[in-house]
Amino acid sequence: MHKEYLSLKKIEGPLIVIEGVEGVSYNEMVEIKVQGETKHGKVVQLNNDLAIVQVFENTSGMSVNNISVKFTGKPLEIKLSREILGRMFNGIGQPIDGGGPVFSGIKFDVNGSPINPVARRYPRNYIQTGISAIDTLTTLIRGQKLPIFSGNGLPHNQIAAQIVKQAKVAEGEGEFAVVFAAMGIKHDDAHYFIKTFQEAGVLDKVVMFMNLADDPVVERIVTPRCALTAAEYLAFYENMHILVIMTDITSYCEALREISAAREEVPGRKGYPGYLYSDLASLYERAGMVEGSKGSITQIPILTMPNDDITHPIPDLTGYITEGQIVLSREIYQRNIYPPINILPSLSRLMKDGIGEGYTREDHPDVANQLFSSYSRVQEVKALSQVIGEDELSEIDKKYLEFGEAFEYRFLRQEFNENRDIDRSLEIAWEILSILPKNELDRINPKFLDAYYRG
Amino acid sequence: MEGSAGRVVYVNGPVVKARNMKNFKMREMVTVGEKKLIGEVISIDGELGTIQVYEETTGIKIDDEVVSTQKPLSVTLGPGIVGNIFDGIQRPLNIIFDKSGNFIKEGIGLATIDKKKKWYVELKVKVGDELKEGDIFGTVDETPLIKHYLMVPPNIKGKVEEVRQNGEYDLETILVKLDSGAELKMYQEWPVRIPRPVKERLPIQKPLITGQRVIDTFFPIAKGGTAAIPGGFGTGKTMTQHQLAKWSDADIIVYIGCGERGNEMTEVLEDFPKLIDPTSNLPLMNRTILIANTSNMPVAAREASIYTGITIAEYFRDMGYNVAVMADSTSRWAEALREISGRLEEMPAEEGYPAYLPSRLAEFYERAGYVKTLNNKEASVTIIGAVSPAGGDFSEPVTQNTKRFVSAFLGLDRKLAYSRHYPAINWLSSYSGYITQLEDWYKQNVAEDMIFLRGEMIKVLQEESKLLETVKLVGEDVLPDQQRLILEIARLLKVGYLQQNAYHKDDTFVPLVKQYMMLKVIDNFYKLAKEAVKVGVPISVIKTSELFYRIIKMKYEIPNDYGDKFDLLMEDINEYFSNLIREYEGD
Repeated sequence: MHKEYLSLKKIEGPLIVIEGVEGVSYNEMVEIKVQGETKHGKVVQLNNDLAIVQVFENTSGMSVNNISVKFTGKPLEIKLSREILGRMFNGIGQPIDGGGPVFSGIKFDVNGSPINPVARRYPRNYIQTGISAIDTLTTLIRGQKLPIFSGNGLPHNQIAAQIVKQAKVAEGEGEFAVVFAAMGIKHDDAHYFIKTFQEAGVLDKVVMFMNLADDPVVERIVTPRCALTAAEYLAFYENMHILVIMTDITSYCEALREISAAREEVPGRKGYPGYLYSDLASLYERAGMVEGSKGSITQIPILTMPNDDITHPIPDLTGYITEGQIVLSREIYQRNIYPPINILPSLSRLMKDGIGEGYTREDHPDVANQLFSSYSRVQEVKALSQVIGEDELSEIDKKYLEFGEAFEYRFLRQEFNENRDIDRSLEIAWEILSILPKNELDRINPKFLDAYYRG
Repeated sequence: MEGSAGRVVYVNGPVVKARNMKNFKMREMVTVGEKKLIGEVISIDGELGTIQVYEETTGIKIDDEVVSTQKPLSVTLGPGIVGNIFDGIQRPLNIIFDKSGNFIKEGIGLATIDKKKKWYVELKVKVGDELKEGDIFGTVDETPLIKHYLMVPPNIKGKVEEVRQNGEYDLETILVKLDSGAELKMYQEWPVRIPRPVKERLPIQKPLITGQRVIDTFFPIAKGGTAAIPGGFGTGKTMTQHQLAKWSDADIIVYIGCGERGNEMTEVLEDFPKLIDPTSNLPLMNRTILIANTSNMPVAAREASIYTGITIAEYFRDMGYNVAVMADSTSRWAEALREISGRLEEMPAEEGYPAYLPSRLAEFYERAGYVKTLNNKEASVTIIGAVSPAGGDFSEPVTQNTKRFVSAFLGLDRKLAYSRHYPAINWLSSYSGYITQLEDWYKQNVAEDMIFLRGEMIKVLQEESKLLETVKLVGEDVLPDQQRLILEIARLLKVGYLQQNAYHKDDTFVPLVKQYMMLKVIDNFYKLAKEAVKVGVPISVIKTSELFYRIIKMKYEIPNDYGDKFDLLMEDINEYFSNLIREYEGD
């Protein structure tokens, strides 16, 4: 029998302080009854007989007396079974689709535990997304965490939706499902995703955890943890290939900052708490594959860079944890190119072991390398031509401009419904590389030049 | 015993405070709560003690017991370390896997190298021998590459009274008894935060050969030296560290994955047993020790992992080995300090880092060194620390303070990485303070003019960067051919020399002599081209010549075992230019 506490010492923003507690443990779940309504919270600090509890829902309407607080003795757990596929939950894992509770004997702690590095399987199988820029230059690997660094108003949602739609088709082995975690996104963005899942015919293979922009901020901290716990269950116990889409990480981090400020913690950069890195890592590192299970968790977190600044703490710390990033560019988007991926800062750290002979095609690594190198030269030439004018450029520099144009409009640009396989993408890559003279292609093995170059 | 235990009064993340701690010592190891989580006492104030806990603190209650282990945070040093992978407090990850499966749960307790495993010991002492600290009393063949020397622990001496026969024993067997009462086993324990003693520190003499051209030729690292590799994300820090772990000519590599990615550690675990050491033809895992405390593992253990790694390195140094420590990344360690400091509500200095950050960094890097060990061998610990500056900005506190304590600085550059110039080490911002100390070595072991050529080439690269400023404004075509030649030679250097392909069988590791030959070829080409330009040969002829491309490709086309290939190339260069000059002089 758990004791109930009927008064609070203090209420401050999302935090409540309870005095005179006994036997309370760190991180355990708390149930709070206010005027017939049940709210939830978590113990975030213990100090003698004081417990500081972070309340997931709104604390407005609470008073220090008219209340009942019960400590459950357990961390937040959610019930899991195969039946969660096709369901929709709120930010703390309660069903909101009217489908009733999940019945299952299996309950997982949403905080998860770190995967032992010796138990991991190294990711090597690539996922064909049908998007040339991603497949060729920032290849997505099963078990990878590859975020999209975007900005407000850029089409990150479309790209994520296109990946979901097209990645499914290429799956030959094992079951595929999507776990979708919405953190502080707008209602219309949420609808867009639901509509796309529906059109792609995967809605019954999607588990959704929704914390929208007007939902309680604190709940947002738990949302990705619920989603990843569901993903771990489906991947490692049901052997499914899970694609986790988490959007928007920026809202998540702001929620973290808000609570940190309420707790009067020493701030790190830009007011974000000093443990932001560790906290983000506890989400991102839950991607991967483990021994003894055929399933995998691939993460595509989406974050909107405040002020399009890649050195802002959120994209910066994310980039240090994730295995690469896909960076979108406003400038490219304004030139009417979809998907507006700026390939130069984009990177996939795991592609080196998942492409080339035996995986995609033998010439793939060299071609990718050459495209990066030549396209970076295009930027230099462009900068020069702005100063001296295009007419004054040397012949070879003019070729580079032509190549840059072709790269952006023939290779990068594609339709939302256009699904290019890897051979097609590489074919276009060779078409545009062949604009340049053969001896400019210094990153490509001469053997492949002879076989594929069309000069 | 009940009365001697501390009682928890405060929990906040990895920081726990307890009362009744008067009898505890600073830096003592303790267990906390029912699950017996491992922690360390980091401050004592009257009867209140503060403990940092190395495991997840979920579930700890007020009034939980804090029990002393009577010893500081230590590592167990003995056979079974090499080829193994540990967490931040030296618990083998395989044992954790056996106990808790795919996921690391808390409350596993202390674990260390397998003390039941039997090893064949050759004992090197007899009754009556006088032994003192550091003396070798036996050997164990730990891996086909590493002979493990059993040493008398520091502060112990005496005359041998009893000694066992050669044979198979486990780690707990008493092998030697001394008249001082000391009993020598195959292992010893050592507190991680205290450097192991040496006889004396010696000056730097030899380079750590890495097979990476930009490092060996331009910015060498010394055995016993310190180096930092800073770079924003995606610039190839980990890749560079991996290359050094694979190919550098140290006897033992300690690789500390401190707050980095889980998949990267798995990659090392999968790759290293397959990679063959070029000198011994045995798998690299035979000389590698891994410490893995990934970013999502508890933050306090991340703080400890650096010390665990360096202590293990010092132990093998004491045997007479050259050990290289790769710490990836020291920024994550500094952040762990910051995180714990924040939870302790200490007054922050720059960017929230504690004021003692510089002294901690200094303590760590100063544990590197070229030394004479207690048993009179020359040995070294080299530290190569990766730094992950926030926002890729080198002016942040960790990079700046690290710069004060390291002698070689290999700055990685985002712009180079974006154009896939790897290793993306920026030749303008990097430096090595070891050039003068190593000059003699290079002269004796490589070539008399190696260091001279290096200087010439750096000059070319410096001049190029100045010229590029002009080119940005007016274009390349308006420069005189003499200057355009510098641009072309710089291109040769960048593409043909500085860029190195980690996935190419020859190019991944290049011996010093081949590095020298390549430099020589480029230098020769440069000298002759200068003359040719003087007599009026247009630069466009030279830069589109087939020879130019042969030099760019020589790193791939000429194998490490090059025979007369460089001589032939050199002859072709000479012939090409003498024909060219004759042709244009004739006009």
